[in-house]
Amino acid sequence: MDTEILARIQFAFTIAFHYIYPPISIGLGVLLVIMEGMYIKTGKKIYENITKFWIKIFALVFAMGVATGIVMEFEFGTNWATYSRFVGDVFGSALAAEGVFAFFLESGFLAILVFGWNRVSTKMHFFSTIMVSFGAMLSAVWIVVANSWQQTPAGYHIVNNGGYLRAEITDFWSMVFNPSSVDRLLHTLSGAWLTGAFLVLSVSAFYLLKNRHVDFSKKSIKIALSLAVFASLFQLLTGHHSAQGISSTQPAKLAAFEGHYNTSPAPLYLFGWVNNNEQKVNFGVAIPGMLSYMIYGDFDKPVKGLNEFKPEDRPPVNLVFQSYHLMVVIGFTLIGLSLLSLLLLRKDALFKNKLFLKILVASVLLPQAANQLGWISAEVGRQPWIVYNLLRTKDALSKSVGSGEIVFSLILFTLIYALLFVLFIFLLDRKIKHGPDEEVEKDGVYSEQKVIFKNN
Amino acid sequence: MDLNIIWFILVGVLLTGYAILDGFDLGVGALHLLTKTDEERRISINSIGPVWDGNEVWLVTGGGALFAAFPDVYATVFSGFYIAFMLLLFVLIFRAVAIEFRSKQESKRWRAMWDIAFSVSSIVIALLMGVALGNIIRGIPIGVDKEFIGTFLGLLNPYSLLVGITTVALFTMHGAIYLVMKTEGELQNKVRTWVNNTIIFFVICFVTATMATLIYYPNMITHFKDNPSFFLVAIVTMLAIANIPREINNKREFRAFLSSASTIALLLVLFAIGIFPNIVLSNPILENSLTIYNAASSQKTLMIMLIMAIIGMPFVVAYTIIIHKIYKGKVKIDDTSY
Repeated sequence: MDTEILARIQFAFTIAFHYIYPPISIGLGVLLVIMEGMYIKTGKKIYENITKFWIKIFALVFAMGVATGIVMEFEFGTNWATYSRFVGDVFGSALAAEGVFAFFLESGFLAILVFGWNRVSTKMHFFSTIMVSFGAMLSAVWIVVANSWQQTPAGYHIVNNGGYLRAEITDFWSMVFNPSSVDRLLHTLSGAWLTGAFLVLSVSAFYLLKNRHVDFSKKSIKIALSLAVFASLFQLLTGHHSAQGISSTQPAKLAAFEGHYNTSPAPLYLFGWVNNNEQKVNFGVAIPGMLSYMIYGDFDKPVKGLNEFKPEDRPPVNLVFQSYHLMVVIGFTLIGLSLLSLLLLRKDALFKNKLFLKILVASVLLPQAANQLGWISAEVGRQPWIVYNLLRTKDALSKSVGSGEIVFSLILFTLIYALLFVLFIFLLDRKIKHGPDEEVEKDGVYSEQKVIFKNN
Repeated sequence: MDLNIIWFILVGVLLTGYAILDGFDLGVGALHLLTKTDEERRISINSIGPVWDGNEVWLVTGGGALFAAFPDVYATVFSGFYIAFMLLLFVLIFRAVAIEFRSKQESKRWRAMWDIAFSVSSIVIALLMGVALGNIIRGIPIGVDKEFIGTFLGLLNPYSLLVGITTVALFTMHGAIYLVMKTEGELQNKVRTWVNNTIIFFVICFVTATMATLIYYPNMITHFKDNPSFFLVAIVTMLAIANIPREINNKREFRAFLSSASTIALLLVLFAIGIFPNIVLSNPILENSLTIYNAASSQKTLMIMLIMAIIGMPFVVAYTIIIHKIYKGKVKIDDTSY
């Protein structure tokens, strides 16, 4: 196999594996702030148990994220050296900002979050929880900014740098706020919140089914559900806004999302299978003119089709179509599940409905799948470009790295990631089966300090 | 002083921060198998428990800063040292896993396995970093298009291996001193004897490596000849090393630790003076070297990042000090420990 395919497989594999963990950290981070906030506000032991339990899960997930994240930073240089030379001036500053502002913040306060219960005051601990959660989101900001710049480059000019071309920054803030960054950041973050929320829902539903940690689970579900309802609806909004943005910034990608070949008023497919040779969508069900309406508010307005682009400038259509549609289906399922849970909760039926609780247990996989599918849509939809309209993926490789070396590293990563994943699942399972430590005998010392906090 | 020089220094500061901080936790790892009982091993791992992760962030940020400030260096070195960097990643992950998972099961075999993984990976990480440093001193073959044109086996030359072993020795000494600060009682007495042995081991390696450098790579001392005041740095380095056994004998471990931290920093300063203004020396074709000018980002980017660094670094230094202060003192095993 040639180096391009191998390098792409390696990057796709390592980034997909990495991206299992950061969304959980981001989502769970937000929930930890709420949980510990409740503990401080009420002083109730149960909230302390909830917080402590989820911190243990958080620590495990965070460690996985860090271990697999270093790989990503190295891989830009090892496998994509030409890309690194081309984007270093622009991309590098976002990455460096991530390091200086976000990573130190997260990892520093994580030490207090995980190991600090007996070393610092409750307030300091709570402050650390907020900082870790904030740091996790801040790191998402910078990496999504960098990625968005690859999708919709702005604030740069192309310069000949001693024999090869590269992008150099002309305006930092237009690089940061390039046309797609805000939409994509919000969409990514709401996906991450959903991931954390559904993890908590799933584990709590599991306890309820087993009739264990009942009070713990009911309270955890209430906290997680509030985030799930908000995030699933917000996700719809940001997704819609993103699609509108793509119609003007990356029309080839939008056309591939819907398998739309000829510039004309475009339908919105619910599902289908794209035949790229015949340029049509088979077995599809579509609402005529709906895509035009969603983008322009007009059923008859034409949407740019793939035939406007040279064949070598089009992404692989069916893969993008399928991943995009699956993501959307999951998105709506999550909205449905969140709203239904809320409804059942209001009717006081949620905690007794065994079938629904079983569905919630399994639902933990849905946001994970949607995250992966969303990134496939975004990244494969950008092909054949690594930096949209500026640098092709095939021209971005490391010139000094051969296919043998990539095969070697691919085998290495497959082995260690398989090991990592088995260990992760094993430990996660053990932590969940072990459950929270429940010494419910009396509320913590902080219940007596309630007054102090109220005065603040 | 121009922006390129400032960034040469700042990337150096980040990597020095990494060497000092991760240096001691790699050193603790290198010594880990010398502890015998499970309790001792838990003390050893938990001595770095809350801080190792933050220490590693210095490497991540140093790498990010290198990417941003000197993209050509980042691209050439990372793709050129492909196999070496993949092995480095492999052991970095393995080590993180070992620390994280070791104490999660009661089984003796489980723990023994992760203890070995933790120790071996710590040594290999230090070795690989030293080997990389050795190759930068020697110079690596670079083509006109700034691409590495050598081989992986070419990187494993005797001189670079010597620098690698010296790095292991340095970190082991540094880690032993740290461990004296974190332990008490019988274990502390045991660790004290290790400190003396590691000092001897380091000094032997250091003297040999210095002689080899002077004999084979006299290019490293050009600046010292041109500007004799740099020689003061070398003298202070010697004094810092000599001060370590003195402080240890007087049971002033923290001051010994500061001395070994200074030793690491000063050695890197000597290295930086030696290679300046090259970052990656091209050997044999000297004119293909990557310098702080031909490998750098634009002045605008360097300026933007300088502003970021000025805003961000005080926070970074503050977190680092606060965290190490909170966890200072002897290791106490509790329910949040590894």
